[in-house]
Amino acid sequence: MAASARAQVISLYRSMLSASKKFPSYNYRTYALRRVRDAFRANRNIEDPKTVARLMTEGQQTLALIQRQVTIGKMFESQKIVVEG
Amino acid sequence: MSSTKHELEKDEPRPLYMDFQATTPMDPRVLDAMLPYQVNYYGNPHSRTHAYGWESESAMETARKQQVADLIGADPREIIFTSGATESNNMAIKGVARFYQAKKRHVITTQTEHKCVLDSCRVLESEGFSITYLPVQTNGLLDLELLEASIRPDTSLLSVMTINNEIGVRQPIEEIGQICRSKGVFFHTDAAQAVGKIPLNVTDCKIDLMSISGHKIYGPKGVGALYVRRRPRVRMEPIQNGGGQERGLRSGTVPTPLAVGLGAACSIAQHEMEYDHNRVSMLANRLVQKIMAGLPDVIMNGDPVRRYPGCVNLSFAYVEGESLLMALKDVALSSGSACTSASLEPSYVLRAIGADEDLAHSSIRFGIGRFTTEEEVDYTAEKCIHQVSRLREMSPLWEMVQEGIDLKSIKWTQH
Repeated sequence: MAASARAQVISLYRSMLSASKKFPSYNYRTYALRRVRDAFRANRNIEDPKTVARLMTEGQQTLALIQRQVTIGKMFESQKIVVEG
Repeated sequence: MSSTKHELEKDEPRPLYMDFQATTPMDPRVLDAMLPYQVNYYGNPHSRTHAYGWESESAMETARKQQVADLIGADPREIIFTSGATESNNMAIKGVARFYQAKKRHVITTQTEHKCVLDSCRVLESEGFSITYLPVQTNGLLDLELLEASIRPDTSLLSVMTINNEIGVRQPIEEIGQICRSKGVFFHTDAAQAVGKIPLNVTDCKIDLMSISGHKIYGPKGVGALYVRRRPRVRMEPIQNGGGQERGLRSGTVPTPLAVGLGAACSIAQHEMEYDHNRVSMLANRLVQKIMAGLPDVIMNGDPVRRYPGCVNLSFAYVEGESLLMALKDVALSSGSACTSASLEPSYVLRAIGADEDLAHSSIRFGIGRFTTEEEVDYTAEKCIHQVSRLREMSPLWEMVQEGIDLKSIKWTQH
C-alpha cells in the first residue's frame, strides 16, 4: 500500500475507534470497538487499491453512522449496567 | 409472581442482558436505516401516484429482495411481510391446511413447537382436522423414522421449528425437507431463532414455508416475514383480508420503517454470520465450562452438539429455578419453566424431552448474542456459582444428598 494510503487508513481507524468510545451504551460501545478493530485486522493485508478505496468509503460511511448513533444514544441515555465501573 | 416485579430506581444499575432468545437489542445499523422512514420518508408504499409512495415502495422492495430473500436463498416474490413470526406461523398453518382441506385433513407438528404453532393446530382440531403432535427424544431431536411413519396420504403440512427457543436444539431440517418432498407434504419451519444465525437455504433444505422474526435478529419488534414457495406452488387461504397487498396473502399497509429494519437486520446478519457464530460459540463454551467447573450436578438440556450455541439451558439440581432467578437479579435471564406465568407447571419443552420433574423446575436459560461481552459471561458464571452454592447450602434436600441418601428412595408421608 502507498504510504499516503496507509496513513489515511490509520487515520480512519483512529477516528472510528474514537467515535465508538463515545457510545453511552456499554454493549454498543464494546461491540463497536471490537468490531472495528477486528474488521481492520482482517483486512490488513489487502493490497489492491480499488478494494482499499472501496473499504475506505465503507469505513467513512460507518464512521458517520457511529457518530449519528452515538448522538442518539446520548439523547436517550439510561442507567449504566452492573458490569460497568 | 407479581411480587418479584420491580422497576429500576433512577440510579440503580441495569442488569446485564442474557436473554437473547426472548428478544434482542436493535443493532445501531438497523436503527440508522429505519430513521429516515420515521422522519421524512413517511409515504405509504402502496401509494402509486407520488414520490412519497415511490420512495417508500422502493425501500420496501429493497428490503424484500436484497435483504430478506437473499439471506435465505429465496425469490423476492416469495417473501410476505407480516407483523412477526407468530402471525407468520398462524398464516402458514391455518392458511395451508384450510386451502387443501377438501382432500387433506391431517397436519403434523412436534410437541416442542412454539405456543403459536400448537395453538393454531388446536384451532384446526376444532375445525375437524386431525393433528399429530410428534414426541421428541431426550436430546430434543425428532426421530426421523417416526416422522416418516406419521405421514398419511391425507397429510397436507408438517411444521417443525429449526432451532428451539428454550433449549437451542437444531432439528435435522435438510433430512426433514427431503422426507416431506418425497411424500408430497408441505414443509413449514418456524425459523425465528435460526434465520441470520446459521446458514439456511430454502432450496437446499426443501423448505416450502418459513417464518421469520425481526426482533430475534437485532431488528425491530412488530415485523417479520413468511417465505412461501412458488415452485412448486404453495397455496394458502389468507387470514387477513383487505386491499390485496402482499400478493393477497396479507392485506394491510406494509410498515415501511419496520420492513426496512427487517431488511437491514437480515443484510447485517448475512454479513456478520460467521463472525457472530464464532464469537457466540466461544462465549457459550466459556460460560458453560466456568459454571460446570464451579458447580456439581449441572445438566445441559438438549443435544450438546446439534444446537445453536447461543441458547444454553441448564438445570441446577436441588435448586428451585424461580429462587435462582430472583437471586440472580443483576442478570436478565429466563427460566425454562412456565412458572413465570400464572401456572406452576414446568415448561412443556422440558417435559417433552423427558426432563425429571425436579430438574425441569430447576432450569435457567442463558441467551448469548452479538453484543455479549466476556465480562458479562464471567460475571454471570460467578454469580451463578455463588448463588447456586448458597441456595444449595440452605436446602435440606442437598444436605441429604451430601449424606449419600438417594432421594428417589424416600417415602414422603402425607400430613
